[in-house]
Amino acid sequence: MSVVAEPVGEVRARPAVSRGLGNRFLQRYGTLLILLALCLVFTIIGPWRTAREACNLWEQVTAFTLVKNGQVCGPVFASQVNILNLVRQVSVIGIVALGEMLVILTGGIDLGVGSIVGFTGVVAAALQRDNAGLLPTLLVPLLLGGTTGLVVGILVTKGNIPSFVATLGVLAGLQGATLVFTNAQPITGLKEDFRTIGTGYLGAIPLPIVIYAAAILATGLLLGRTTFGRGIYAIGGNESAARLSGIRVDLFKTLVFVISGLGAALGALILTARLNSGQPNSGQGYELDAIASVVIGGTSLSGGRGTVLGTLAGALLIGVLSNGLVLMNVSPYYQPIIKGAIIVGAVLLDQVGRGRRT
Amino acid sequence: MHTDARRPLVEMRGMSKAFPGVQALQSVDLDLHAGEVHAVVGENGAGKSTLMKILAGVNHADAGSVRLQSRPIQNANPRQALERGVTMIHQELNLAPNLSVAENVFLGRAPTRGGLIDWSRLYADAEALAARLGIELDVRARVEDLSVARQQTVEIAKALSLDARVIIMDEPTSALTERETEALFDIIARLKGQGVAIAYISHRLDEIFRVADRVTVLRDGRLVGTLPIGEATPPRLIGMMVGRELTTLFPKEAVEIGQPVLEVRHLRRTGVLDDISFVLRHREILGLAGLVGAGRTELVRGLFGADPLNAGEILIQGRPVHIRSPRDAISLGLGFVTEDRKLQGLVLGMTVRENETLASLAQISRAGLLDTNRETTLAARLVEQLGVRTPSLEQEVANLSGGNQQKVVIAKWLATQPRILILDEPTRGIDVGAKAEVHALMSRLAHDGVSILMISSELPEILGMSDRILVMRQGRVTGEFTREQASQEAIMACAA
Repeated sequence: MSVVAEPVGEVRARPAVSRGLGNRFLQRYGTLLILLALCLVFTIIGPWRTAREACNLWEQVTAFTLVKNGQVCGPVFASQVNILNLVRQVSVIGIVALGEMLVILTGGIDLGVGSIVGFTGVVAAALQRDNAGLLPTLLVPLLLGGTTGLVVGILVTKGNIPSFVATLGVLAGLQGATLVFTNAQPITGLKEDFRTIGTGYLGAIPLPIVIYAAAILATGLLLGRTTFGRGIYAIGGNESAARLSGIRVDLFKTLVFVISGLGAALGALILTARLNSGQPNSGQGYELDAIASVVIGGTSLSGGRGTVLGTLAGALLIGVLSNGLVLMNVSPYYQPIIKGAIIVGAVLLDQVGRGRRT
Repeated sequence: MHTDARRPLVEMRGMSKAFPGVQALQSVDLDLHAGEVHAVVGENGAGKSTLMKILAGVNHADAGSVRLQSRPIQNANPRQALERGVTMIHQELNLAPNLSVAENVFLGRAPTRGGLIDWSRLYADAEALAARLGIELDVRARVEDLSVARQQTVEIAKALSLDARVIIMDEPTSALTERETEALFDIIARLKGQGVAIAYISHRLDEIFRVADRVTVLRDGRLVGTLPIGEATPPRLIGMMVGRELTTLFPKEAVEIGQPVLEVRHLRRTGVLDDISFVLRHREILGLAGLVGAGRTELVRGLFGADPLNAGEILIQGRPVHIRSPRDAISLGLGFVTEDRKLQGLVLGMTVRENETLASLAQISRAGLLDTNRETTLAARLVEQLGVRTPSLEQEVANLSGGNQQKVVIAKWLATQPRILILDEPTRGIDVGAKAEVHALMSRLAHDGVSILMISSELPEILGMSDRILVMRQGRVTGEFTREQASQEAIMACAA
């Protein structure tokens, strides 16, 4: 008589709910499309290096040349100077967003990064003013950022406080600490070697961009190639399954806050060096830009899904938007409105692309 | 309007439905008569849920017609179906946990007086409905304080309050104890008496023989046949479901049982576990029987370091051990296939590969760096070994069928090369074919030297697979049987 074990009726894997090719394309590259579209718009309708009348776009394109009457005739937005400047500006938010992404991937959120940027920035400036030397100026802020993350991580994992609340405390607390520390006055007197971090070049590439690129690479490797990274995704995807699989959930959840704090401090060093002063209100609102970059980049706020390249695209999108609007002379009062609309639009497009999941 | 008494209440004709890549239904007919319990059975993916969802307005058919009392209808959405008296009670209940029973029953339709809720009438109406179901139900209790079985009766009461003429039940007993199941069958009998047509989806054949009047079998989206229950036998139904006859459901091999591998002494967790002692031997399959709530899951979670224990001693291969976390348990050679694969077993958004290696990352990494080649090799070997049906290793497990998801969970633990494997309801909610494969695998693992501790609420499974059986009741071990001594009656006598 037959035994059940071997041939069993075909059990089919039910295919995922219908997602058309177009939708899948949108889901994958939606952010990138918006980014490219924005760049195109700012290139064409933004200012050109010479008067637009002298510089008929159609003539230039058909003539395959951007030189007319011996003058370079190109869009300001797409110029090398502007692009490098843009990416240099993005690198601070971009680095902060990388740490933020790790926290969000585990299903948490870090609202404290903006205040950490502010606080560690003025501490760095004060160390410079008091001639503490380059190394302490770099290490002390990083240590402060990391410690703040450690405290948050312990509060979240051992104290069972939601990360939203714990980091809201950091947001308020460090903002106040910054004002107390500086007496609400900017701190100046930064030394040349420290300022290099914000203003220097490696070859033709500004140092902040080099640091940002290294951070992207490191985060990408961490997420894709280490057990820690795999654990981060697993915790965000299903925390109890991760715990039961022997993942060190509490340790990893604490570490992502530490990294987020370190990222914020690193961003603060670049920002302070570039501004050539410690501004008591710098970093304010950075948490929102960082979270926006992460979310625009396709990371799920409930955790478990998201990529480094997505977050890069998200940060660039915000940077391009700010930069382009300034170039187009849009009133600073209108800029946040446009920014808000584009942020919501990008996420909406992502959702449409994802389709309705059952 | 006069309707012919012999004419079915619901007539579905030529129902077809395609999802991308799969024809879920192909020209299926189904009749439901008033006062009839009609079981719909088939393996996972056979199309029974799709068919029922079309009736309930959740899915839309590509072709075919539905008549309700001879009138053609097309339920555009569940709300429209409800208005026509067709209700589906899903496996996942749809109740507002923080509201009272009565509020849930009349959600959005509470009787009002002067714009405010008329509480006394609300409670009175809810009590009247409970009486119609023949049950005692505290209509003022909050739903979250009720057992799953009670919550289900709230759903049924809600359906009745909407004058449901057709009630579709999708695996209604999967979370119920035996006693609660009996109570549900009483309710079903009462509904029948009131002329309600019931479509009953279940994997449990014994239940179908208990409650159904007729049974329809689907396979691969096609209708295999509809039989009066009197003409059906379990082998015949299984044969229709899988396309051939199955004779041996539990392929337990006799193995030579060795020395104790796991010894548990006087384990205690206040209010949950009371002085539990037992031994698990090399190559043994030890069945853990009992009613839901007897403390079986709590016991194995405690053993695995997932829940705290207050007192007791655990020895592995004769050595006392302290298990403070699942991580400790894994390093001591324990594996734990949890009861609920979606909530605790799988990371649904991750791929087959990532899920399979999740508990053995140390094995495929050096200094925290993953060796992706070794990972892929390991994952591919497990897919092959367990016969996981997946288009690729990179498929998200959310897209696999229940049986294949369960195989992925088991694969995750096999990857850790456990000496002791804990299986909590290993075949719950998976179809007959996959179930047989899991049983064959258990037998093979025991043969290869793994000791297995299996919790199951299905007595045939306990009796069929275990070398020895422990019975628990209210946090205590109340009985122990060898394979030869055990019988359904003896186990139930200890469990209830």
